[in-house]
Order: sequence, then C-alpha cells, then structure tokens
Amino acid sequence: MYTEQKELTQTPLLKIWVPGMGSSLGQRRGSSRPQFTNCPTMIVMVGLPARGKTYISKKLTRYLNWIGVPTQGEACASNALKDIANYFTKEQGQVAVFDATNTTRERRGVIISFAKERGYKVFFIESVCDDPEIIEANIMQVKLSSPDYENYNKEAALVDFLKRIDCYKMSYVPLDEEKDRHLAFIKIFNVGSRYLVNRVQDHIQSRIVYYLMNIHVTPRSIYLSRHGESELNLLGRIGGDSGLSSQGQKYAKALAEFIRGQAIKNLKVWTSHMKRTIQTAEALGVPYEQWKALNEIDAGVCEEMMYEEIQATHPEEFALRDQDKYRYRYPKGESYEDLVHRLEPVIMELERQENVLVICHQAVMRCLLAYFLDKSADDLPHLKCPLHTVLKLTPLAYGCKVESFYLNIQAVNTHRDRPTNVNIARKTEEALQTVPEHL
Amino acid sequence: SFKKKKKKKRKKKITDPKLLNGSVYLCMTNCPTLIVTVGLPARGKTYISKKLTRYLNWIDVPTKEFNVGQYRRECVKIYKSFEFFRPDNEEGLKIRKQCALAALNDVRQFLTDEGGQVAVFDATNTTRERRETIIRFAEQNGFKVFFVESVCEDPDVIAENIVQVKLGSPDYTHCNTEEAVADFMKRIKCYENSYQPLDEELDRDLSFIKIIDVGRRYLVNRVQDHIQSRIVYYLMNIHITPRSIYLCRHGESDLNIKGRIGGDSGLSARGKEFAKALSQFIQSQNIRDLKVWTSQMKRTIQTAEALGVPYEQWKALNEIDAGVCEELMYEEIQQRYPQEFALRDQDKYRYRYPKGESYEDLVQRLEPVIMELERQENVLVICHQAVMRCLLAYFLDKTAEELPYLKCTLHTVLKLTPMAYGCKVESVCLNVDAVNTHRDRPSVRLTNTHPLSMSVSLVVKKPPRLLSLKGKCAVIFYIYLVCFSPAEELPYLKCTLHTVLKLTPMAYGKTPFLN
Repeated sequence: MYTEQKELTQTPLLKIWVPGMGSSLGQRRGSSRPQFTNCPTMIVMVGLPARGKTYISKKLTRYLNWIGVPTQGEACASNALKDIANYFTKEQGQVAVFDATNTTRERRGVIISFAKERGYKVFFIESVCDDPEIIEANIMQVKLSSPDYENYNKEAALVDFLKRIDCYKMSYVPLDEEKDRHLAFIKIFNVGSRYLVNRVQDHIQSRIVYYLMNIHVTPRSIYLSRHGESELNLLGRIGGDSGLSSQGQKYAKALAEFIRGQAIKNLKVWTSHMKRTIQTAEALGVPYEQWKALNEIDAGVCEEMMYEEIQATHPEEFALRDQDKYRYRYPKGESYEDLVHRLEPVIMELERQENVLVICHQAVMRCLLAYFLDKSADDLPHLKCPLHTVLKLTPLAYGCKVESFYLNIQAVNTHRDRPTNVNIARKTEEALQTVPEHL
Repeated sequence: SFKKKKKKKRKKKITDPKLLNGSVYLCMTNCPTLIVTVGLPARGKTYISKKLTRYLNWIDVPTKEFNVGQYRRECVKIYKSFEFFRPDNEEGLKIRKQCALAALNDVRQFLTDEGGQVAVFDATNTTRERRETIIRFAEQNGFKVFFVESVCEDPDVIAENIVQVKLGSPDYTHCNTEEAVADFMKRIKCYENSYQPLDEELDRDLSFIKIIDVGRRYLVNRVQDHIQSRIVYYLMNIHITPRSIYLCRHGESDLNIKGRIGGDSGLSARGKEFAKALSQFIQSQNIRDLKVWTSQMKRTIQTAEALGVPYEQWKALNEIDAGVCEELMYEEIQQRYPQEFALRDQDKYRYRYPKGESYEDLVQRLEPVIMELERQENVLVICHQAVMRCLLAYFLDKTAEELPYLKCTLHTVLKLTPMAYGCKVESVCLNVDAVNTHRDRPSVRLTNTHPLSMSVSLVVKKPPRLLSLKGKCAVIFYIYLVCFSPAEELPYLKCTLHTVLKLTPMAYGKTPFLN
C-alpha cells in the first residue's frame, strides 16, 4: 500500500533517518546492523559434567551481548524456566542460555514444550567428550575450587567428581541424529575436533554455530596496545592519520624489547591501516598484518579537532556524546556501536588464533577489551586504555586474566572522563571540565 | 604476487615484502588449499563448486574450479551411454583416471605457478582409494586438503537436479528427456556399489564437511584454518529454495541532479515518483514474504518509506565513502585532485579515495550482507551505485576489473533469480526519467607517465547531466540467461543495432553464456 511520503528527520544521537518530526532519543530504529531476531531463542546446553558447558555458555553469552543481542546465562535451578520467561517478556531479552546437564530426553522434552507454548525457538548445544585428559584438566581448572570441595584435597576431590559424573552417565541420552532429527542443535565432539549441526533455523543460530566452531581452549595470550604517542595526541587533537612523536618512537622500541622479553611462541602482530600503528609495528622487526577494521573510530566532521574546538563549534553534539557515549554517532562519522560491528570479524579471528599482539587505537582497544572482560555498553566507552601500556589477556577458567605493563615511556593522557553536567544547555567550562592536558 | 599492487596514498613506504598491497584482508592462506568434492552424481557437487568459487573470488581469494567431467568430455568426444561408467569397463576406468590426473596437474599449475590460493577439484571421488591419491598429491605439493561431501537420498531432490542440469549437458544432446533420465539413473548406479562415504571414524584425521540432505544436517571435522572456517560458514548458509533478489538504487537524489557524488541528500521530485512506481511494481510482483533492506542514508530510506512495509537498515549498505571528494562534481575532482582522479581510472577497484574507501573496502564491508542474502529468501535491497555494483558482481561472477563499471542505472530494478549454475537477471526500467550517473572507463588508458601529462591527456568522460532516459513502457527488456530461453521470451530478446554478441558454449549449458 502506497503511503504519503513523510519528511525524514535525522535522530540527533544515532544519526538515523526516521519519518516524523523530532523523534525522541529513546526511539531506536536499530544500530548499524540488523540482528534478525524476531522471536526469543532458548539455547539449551546438554552434556555430562566437566564437558565445558558452563565455559561455552558464559563465552557465548559474552559474545552475543557484545554484538548487541541481549542475552542472559541461566545457571540451572528448577524455577529457571520461569526466570527465562520473565527475561523474555519483561526485560526484552532475546536469547537465554540454559546451562544444565539436560542429559535425559525427558528433561529436554519439558523444555521443548515450555518453549513451544510461548513461541520461543530452541537450539541445543551438546558437548561430548571421551578424552580422559581433557576431562581431568576441566575438573582441575574449575571444579576443585567449587565450594563443594572446600574440605577435600585435590586427589580426593577428583575421585569424588568422577564418581559424580558416573551417576549421570547411567541415564545420559545424547542427542541422536535420527531420533532428534527435528530438533535444531550442534553437537561438539572433543573440544571442537568434530561438529554435527542439525537444522539451523535462522540467522542468530547460524552466527552461534559459526562462533562455536571458531573458539578453542588452547592456552595462549592476547596482547593489546595502542600505537605510540602521535603528533596529534600531543596537540590534543582527535582522529587524523599522523605519525609518531619522539616519545611515540621511543615506545615502539620499548615495545619491541618487551615483546622479545616475553618470548612468545608464534606471535602474530596486527595493526590498523593508520600510519601511527604501522610505525609502531615497524619497530618490532617482525611481519605484521594490517586490518582496516582496526582503524580508529571515525569522528566525521570532528576529525582532527581539539575537544575545545568541538565544544566551540558543535556544543550540542558534544553534550549528546556525553549523554550516551556508546550510541552517539559523530556527524558523518561513527559510534562505538558501529565500531563493535566493524570489529566483529577481528574478534572472530582473535578467537581462532593463538598468540596475537594487536596494535590499535583508543576507542578500538576499548571495544576489544570490553569483549574480553565482559563490560557492558555503558562501561565500554569509559574503559581506561592509556598510551604506552600493554595489556596482556590470558583466558583463565571462565574469564580472563589481565596484566597491565606500563613501558615507562612518558605520554600524554588522552582519556576524557564523563563530566558532571551533560546537559545541552551547560556552560563551556562544565563541558571542558574533564579534558586532559595537551600542548 | 597474484594480487595487483594497491595504489597507496602518499604514505610512508612499507618495506616488508609480506605487506605488498596492504590489502583489506589479513592473509588467509599461507599454503594453498585444495577443496575436494565427494558424492554420487546429481548431489549438487558442481553447484557447490561453482558457487563456492564465485564467493571466494568475490572476497579476493583467487580460486578456480576443475571439473573432471569436463576433462572427460574433452577426451572422449562423444558420450554414448552409461556403459562408460560401468565399474567393469577397463577402458573407461583408464580414461577416467587419466582425466583425474590431468585435472590434478592443472590444479598444481594453478596453485603453484599461477598464484591461485584455492582450487576446487570437482568429481565424484567416491572411493577411499581415489581420495588417497589426491591426499598424496596434495602432500607432495604442500597443499592443504578440505573435503566437501554431499549426501542426499531424497528422490525428489535428485530428480530435480537431473532435470535442471543434466538434461542440458553436452552428454545428452542426442537424447530425449526419458532416455536421458534413464541413462543418468543407470550412471548413478555404477557408482553406488563402490561408494565409500567419508566416515566419522575411519576418516577422523581428515578435514571435511559432510552436507546431508541439502543442508538439513552437517558433519564438520577438523577445520584447520581461517579459510576452511569461512568456507564451512558459507556452505552452511546457502540454500536452494527458489527465491528472487531485487536490487535497485534509491530514487534520483538532489545531489544526483547536480552531478555531485556521495553526500546524504534527499530525493528529487522524480526520485519521489520512482519511489511510488517502485511501490506499485513490488505490489504487482506479488512476492511472498518480501524483506526490504536499505542503507542508513536518507535517499534509500525515503525510497523505502514509500513502500509502506517494514524495512531493515544496514550501515554496511551505505554508499562508498569518497573521503575528501564527497559532494564534489567530477569536474571539481579533476580540478582539485587531478592525480587522484587519474589513479582512480587506472585501477578503479583498488583505488581508495583520500580519507575514504575503495571498491575493495566496500566488498569487505558488504560480506555480511551477502551472507545474509544467502540465508534469506525474497529480498529487495535499496542501495547505491557502487554498492549495487559490488552485490551484482557477486551474483553474476564479475571480476574486480569489471565490477566498478557495471551499469546500475537509477530507476531500474534488477531481479536476480538463481537458476541452475548461475543467475537469471531481469532488468525492469520503471519509466521515471533520471540523470545518468554512470561514468565509463575513459578511452585513454594511462600508464606510469609523468603526473603533469596525465591531466593534459586524460579524457574526462562524465555523464551528461539531466539526460532523460527514453523509456517507453515498464517492460522486461533484457534477459541474461545461463541456460535457455523459452519460446515466450524469444520474440522479445534484445538484438540492437551496432552490438555484437559473442556466444561460447560452456559446461553445463546446452545454451550459450551471453557476454
């Protein structure tokens, strides 16, 4: 049906064109990428204890939230199903991960009926493992520290846990190619050496399968660092494509020494396409790969401006940014939300790789860090990523260990905290309250 | 290096040879990959091979397919009957093995000498023994091997395959339909007894994906690296459900009229008319469950709004960013940045606007859109000139050289319908006048001459402004077919004056592929 053509206006924060006059900030027409989730999805874990179900749940939850699909992990309790229904209806969640053994067909039947009644989709993730070494390693990593084993020594705890597993084995009915052929599921064998994928129903399930097929548990570390201090950094100007200052060059050399000192096996080095990260990598004297996706956030019309200039020329934009730094899109530029989508292939490849050093930029590093440390969209744009500091991330148990190495080369501070007053009508001094010092 | 050197902006020279072209992608393959299809006849192996090859080439991974059946046809000029494929036909077996080896030899040449990165070896490869030969070959040459097996027992699917691609094969030109089908079924039988499918246990050290029942189920074993992971993801997203993809640009915009590129302007009066016409056209097509996608730029959204149906916005569909040249006219670009303008004409695909993007960047940005288009069914994508060229190049298998010059005119909808091994294209002009924004490759091709002489000898071919198209009526006026033209279409095929058509019979087409 042809409708009258309404005038389009651009929402001030997201810079999205919408029909109608002066749409409110709250009206979201969507981020840079449609997520294609129409009905809520329940992800149901299946498998014996110590098969990595919780590891997978938490990781998957973290990933989905990072890409902008509201997801919640549910530790198992019998009223968890009710919590899930609540999460979907009241809290606008899109995906709920139901982390429990769910080892019997009967139990799974209950979940399927529950979902069918309410119109939720169900996707099963089963982890099957018969390698005793992997199972033992799992138990050592995550079970022994459980409150259940406070009073046990290691060997006794291991023995007890293995017996616990045996109890489930009796009644365990794995997902079956034939009998469960109408269900949507992925079966992961031996930590990813093999997968059986059945009836992927939609976009989000396809993304989930792709993600699961790319993660691994081989020990490794990811090093995140910004480029060395740049000439524009010194002048307090954002963006641009300038080269390293003399301090920045010192940092590049210090970084090379640091990396050598770490004696990392098969290290891959990634940079953006911008001069300052490439100059930093050059000092390492090793091959490196350039990703355009690692380029700094595009500040559009504000490129190469000082914060003071932005306040002078675009005071409302400056205030809007302080109001919602994650979703705010620079005019003719990007938002942190756009950055996250741009960085998704980088994250996917980081998952596949082992030891990697990523030399990038402030906003980019914040996005990557938020993914590894499970930071929310509200916290992400305010994460501290100072110049001349390397962050070493090592996956550990269900999370990530972070070690911070300041390489002792002086640099300007580029971190701008959220000022107290974010109102559009604020005074200039209030807007510039938190601007860091520069030349 | 197979990839052409990218024209870099005046940046610090990168001396490390691994970074020759600083391309958009990280190096996906250190050693070449050999993809080997496995499966009985009529299981979609060639369909998958061709599609995968097209996708990999689009994302800039030099890929070529090698169809052993084609080698066999070149060797045994005339196909008599299924008897050739009988397992007890010594002569036949000998020839078939020779053909496989000849194909492998060409594979080696492509991957080792010609800079190829992926070769798709398309044959039945149904015995473990044959696969062993291939694995040894790959090991000797330092290639990785990834098997793609298609298993299907659904008689309807198999019958449909036979009708769609086998009947038109050169093998069956002399048969009628029933004879051809009967012969082909017997051919399949010849393979069945010796078929050893890939096995979870016996083949657990191999890297493979088993596709069961056209994607109902997949078994994936030992994915070794990035490119295999991307291949698996791609194979798991494609489907064969009949559907059509409609591509069009936004209606004519205010900046279009002024001959300015980029920007974020709204529709002109004629653009608004187009939006209305588009709405009527879409309704008349009676499309089931149509999804509508736009970019996040005003002109595509305004166009979509006229349809009165929900639509999704993708930032990835935004027009190419012309950086410092945004909102300039071509004459202004020639004036202010003559060197850049010339560089762009030298290699329009890889040229990146200062502070902007290249077509190559666009392709990377559009990959998730393509992936989702593969998953979806009926979709209308309202986008922009450069973006539409990239999407079209993917569906019509155009090279990087051709891509930036594909004709995507305003106010024309392209309807793409996957068919057999390719894509049928119907072009529908909605009869609303618009400026022409197409700029052909200039006739003077410049090489590395002195920058000053470039601006003097360059012929600036700009599209004439406010040129009105002579559209008579909204009619389908060209059909590019990879297969055949039925009688209904025949009297309307366009055979214009002063145009030469070159026809070259190709593989699975009784009919020619029109250039």
